[in-house]
Amino acid sequence: MALERDKHVAQHALLTLDEAQLLAMYRKMSLIRRFEEKSAEMYTRGKITGFCHLYAGEEAVAVGAIEALYDKDYVVSTYREHGHCLAKGADPRAVMAELFGKATGISHGRGGSMHLFDPDIRFMGGYAIVGGGLPLAVGLGLSIAYKEEPEVACCFFGDGALPQGAFHESLNLASLWKLPVIFICENNFYGMGTLVQNAICQEELYRFAEPYKMPGVRVDGMDVLDVYRAVTEAAARAREGDGPSLIEAVTYRFRGHSMSDPVEYRSKREERIWQERDPIKNLRRRLLAEKRVSEARLDQIDAEVGAVIDDAVKFADESPEPPLEELAKNVYVE
Amino acid sequence: MSQITYREALNQALREELDRDERIFIMGEEVGYFGGAFKVTDGLLAIYGEKRVRDTPISELTFVGAGIGAAMGGLRPIVELMTVNFGLLALDQIVNNAAKIHYMFGGKAKVPIVIRAPQGAGHQLGAQHSQNLEAYFMHCPGLRVVIPATPADAKGLLKTALRQEDPVIFLEHESLYHVKGEVPDGEHLVPFGKANVLREGKDLTLVSYSKCVYDTLAAAQELENMGTDAEVIDLRTLNPLDLDTVLESVKKTGKAIVVYEGWRTGGAGAEIAAQLYEKAFDHLDAPVERVATMDTPMPYNARLEKAALPSPADIISAAERIV
Repeated sequence: MALERDKHVAQHALLTLDEAQLLAMYRKMSLIRRFEEKSAEMYTRGKITGFCHLYAGEEAVAVGAIEALYDKDYVVSTYREHGHCLAKGADPRAVMAELFGKATGISHGRGGSMHLFDPDIRFMGGYAIVGGGLPLAVGLGLSIAYKEEPEVACCFFGDGALPQGAFHESLNLASLWKLPVIFICENNFYGMGTLVQNAICQEELYRFAEPYKMPGVRVDGMDVLDVYRAVTEAAARAREGDGPSLIEAVTYRFRGHSMSDPVEYRSKREERIWQERDPIKNLRRRLLAEKRVSEARLDQIDAEVGAVIDDAVKFADESPEPPLEELAKNVYVE
Repeated sequence: MSQITYREALNQALREELDRDERIFIMGEEVGYFGGAFKVTDGLLAIYGEKRVRDTPISELTFVGAGIGAAMGGLRPIVELMTVNFGLLALDQIVNNAAKIHYMFGGKAKVPIVIRAPQGAGHQLGAQHSQNLEAYFMHCPGLRVVIPATPADAKGLLKTALRQEDPVIFLEHESLYHVKGEVPDGEHLVPFGKANVLREGKDLTLVSYSKCVYDTLAAAQELENMGTDAEVIDLRTLNPLDLDTVLESVKKTGKAIVVYEGWRTGGAGAEIAAQLYEKAFDHLDAPVERVATMDTPMPYNARLEKAALPSPADIISAAERIV
């Protein structure tokens, strides 16, 4: 799929960002990748059960977008949300413990992989009904506008959400009320195993912005800086009171829809092509070439995040189960 | 105390609450310029402005979901569904999000939203505009279900709903908006989970809520003329459910009839009957009767509609079977 993006501007962005910020983005992407690899391993070992949808391959979208936000901006996500939650600043221990179903988990073991939540970092939840998070983001945007606060609500969803009524209704309402919402569609080409062109009449998903009278752009979701640039623009617009934007980030998930998906619907050749565009390797290459960061420095970051994730697994494994006597706690606010 | 209608009582509660708490706002179809399809929000736009009285497009799924999101963002939304029938389009947001967010996020999130919806039959509005869906909401853990019968309870329960931390489904009956009653002026809070014994009796317990309360009271009067002393209980809220008040009554009377306008099968009355069998079996002298709407889509024809709905005569027939 051809990408209508301006490589020159993206290149420029790399040069204007300072090294510390670029390295922070590299660290987060590496952390998410390592987290997902470990999650897969722990799933295979039976430590993680239920559904588990991995984000490996798509890290540039979460990291580029969230890097462009303020800490107090809201993020709403889907069931493939480990990456967004970690990028927003969640403690990897609490996220891994949640996947293990433990009392120390970020949702105290009640949510699991698909339902992470942390109000302290304004990560407003992973939702497992396709399109179900969009109206919530509109509501968060409404609360911001109501209180006349400077924040934005950033909503991630997949290409699979576009044929949902919730997508169209949410874009209409957010635009009608000029709410500070950034809609980020992660187009990874497949809704489970169904190709975008078999599900949506308009394959250029960013063009759905036009009927809803908001800017729509397509960015390279394998390039963290391209995502960063687009979200920076969308956030500035939202903060100015000019309303929502739609960003389509073209990306690829390196694994199946979930851990139980053998991925028989796409070719090895296609997977190889996208793996060559690995967003982490991409940023690494450019940091080495354009910023003259040393290989050793990047290796050190990888080793550090590896240790963080190993510690998170150990923490999750050693944490207690939620007590049975608390099964019915929190059905209602006590 | 003032003698006002159920509609006026709701409107009064809304004004008092909008005055009390800046975080409260109303949104829904036709709530602003039209004044509400049933005029419950009449006059509010002029006082509180478009920020706090917001007309929405016909997008039930999304404006209910936006209400949930706004509640998570620290506001206290009142979302009006023009009727509960349209609320079916929002059932995903109500059941999958509002009801579950507090629990599935380990108690870290709260959704203090009040979703108001008129419901009920009796106006020849046909199959798609005559439903009573309280059982759908009562079935789902995490939702409070409030269903007032009187103007005073409409006011007092709505004001209480707006001080809850849980999502509240507030069901108003379309036939009750014009009903008048004594309503306390100013602050008036009716607690959730407290049934109201409207009439004491020793021979038979009649349990009801919403519009059927009036049919039940009429039947009780008739039964008295026939020599049966019936107790009448208005549940007022279905979640929390005040079974204790019902149990106490059944222990005295030994007989119970549940009267409700939802469909007979799987209705709220079925749940109440089941709980009575579980908790008061030894006290029951006869099977618990259910008087409810016939298990059909609502017909348009007036004679057929009347026959499908529960009536005082149906209650009396049920009483004759068990007393």
